[in-house]
Amino acid sequence: MDIFYPFSAIATWLVEDVFRITNTTLAGSVHFFVYDTLKIFFLIIIITHIMSLLRYYLPIEKLRDFLISHKLYGLEYLLATIFGAITPFCSCSSIPLFIGFVQARIPLGITFAFLITSPLNNEVAIGLFIGLFGLHITLLYIAAGIAIGVLGGWILGKMNMEKYVAEFVWKLPEQKGNTIAKITLPKKEIARIVSKEAMDITKKIALYILAGVGIGAFIHGYVPQEFFETYLQKAGIWGVPLAVILAVPLYSNASGVIPIIQSLIAKGVPIGTGLAFMMAVVGLSLPEALILKKVLKWQLLASFFGIVTVGIIMIGYLFNGVL
Amino acid sequence: MATNTLNIKILGTGCQNCITLEHNARQAVTELGLDATVDKITDIETIMGYGVMSTPALVVNEEVQSAGRVSPVEEIKIMLTAKTQTKQPTDTSSGNACGCSHAC
Repeated sequence: MDIFYPFSAIATWLVEDVFRITNTTLAGSVHFFVYDTLKIFFLIIIITHIMSLLRYYLPIEKLRDFLISHKLYGLEYLLATIFGAITPFCSCSSIPLFIGFVQARIPLGITFAFLITSPLNNEVAIGLFIGLFGLHITLLYIAAGIAIGVLGGWILGKMNMEKYVAEFVWKLPEQKGNTIAKITLPKKEIARIVSKEAMDITKKIALYILAGVGIGAFIHGYVPQEFFETYLQKAGIWGVPLAVILAVPLYSNASGVIPIIQSLIAKGVPIGTGLAFMMAVVGLSLPEALILKKVLKWQLLASFFGIVTVGIIMIGYLFNGVL
Repeated sequence: MATNTLNIKILGTGCQNCITLEHNARQAVTELGLDATVDKITDIETIMGYGVMSTPALVVNEEVQSAGRVSPVEEIKIMLTAKTQTKQPTDTSSGNACGCSHAC
C-alpha cells in the first residue's frame, strides 16, 4: 500500500479532468510536478514539526552543557553529528556556534564534527530525500553525513590545530554552561511555537522547492535518456571528483538542488556522482568559508574543507559502487 | 518607578529573525502595558558573553530566556509576566485583559 497514493490520484485528476492535457510528454511532466510537490511538502511539514519539537527541548546549548559535564570516550563525536543533523544550518549561525563550543573548551574535533554534518543532514534535505529517493537511500544518506562528520571531526581533532583558531576566540571568557532560564509554558503554547517554527521553515524554502521540482519535472519529461550518459562516459572514473569541484562555486539551498539531482539520476547520472555533487553544493560553500575565516586561520580552514571534500568524494564512490 | 523597569535585550547579528524578535518583544511590552526598555545587541563578543550559541536570543533583566528561535508574542508575554510578578501585582490595565489573544 502506497501511502502517497492520494497525491498521485490528485495529480492524475488535475492532469486528466481539470487541465485535460492530451500531450503525453506534457501530461507526464505536469503529473510529476504536482505529485512530487504535494508529496515533498507533506513530508517536509511532518519532519520540520518533529525536528522543531526536538529542538525546543534540546537546544544546542544543552548539548554543550552535556558535553562539558560528561566524559563519553569517543561517543561525543557521534552525539555532535546527530545534533548537527537536527540543527537547521545557516552559514550566518556558524560563528556563534563555533565560538560557543570553543568557549566551553569542547575539543575542536567535536566542534568540527558538528559543523561538517550540520549542512549535509538537515530536516528539509531529509524530507526531500524520503519523497524523491525513498526511505532506504535516505537512511544511507543520513549515515553518510554522520560518517563524514565523525571521521572528519576525529581527523581534524588529531591534527592539533588549536593554534590556527583566531586569538580573540581564546581570549573570550570560558563558559560553564546552564545559561538559559527555565520557564514552563503551557503545552498548547509549546505546540504553537513548534508549529510556527516548522511552518516558517517550510515557507522559507517553498519557492526553492517549487523551482527545483519544476526544473526536475522538465528534465523528467523533455531531456532524452541518453543525454547525460554520453557525457558521463567520457568523464568515467573522474565523474565524482569532477562533480564535487563543479559544485563548490555553486552555492545553493539544498531544497532547490535535490529535486534536480533526483531527475538527473533518473536520467542516467550515477547516484553516487549525483549525491556527491549535492553534498558539495551544500557542504562546501564559499560564503561559509568566508564567514568562518573570521575565526579560523587559513591552515585550519583549508584542512576543514579538504577533509570534507575527500569525505564527499569517498561517499560518492561508495554509493556508485554499492547501489 | 524606575526599579520596576524591565530591561529586554535582543541578541543577534542583524538577520531578519532578529528584527522579527525585536518586533515581537515590543508588541508584548505594549500589550502588557509594561514599562520596559528594548535594546539590540549586535556585537558578537557581547553576545557570546551571555553564553548563547544560537541567535536570535532574548534576554530579560540580564537572564537569557530563549535562544536560536524567534519567540512569539505570547511566549514573551508569559516570560515578562513571570519577571514582573515578583515585583508588582499583575497589571490588568491593558486592553487585552485575559492575555490570550487566540484562545478566547
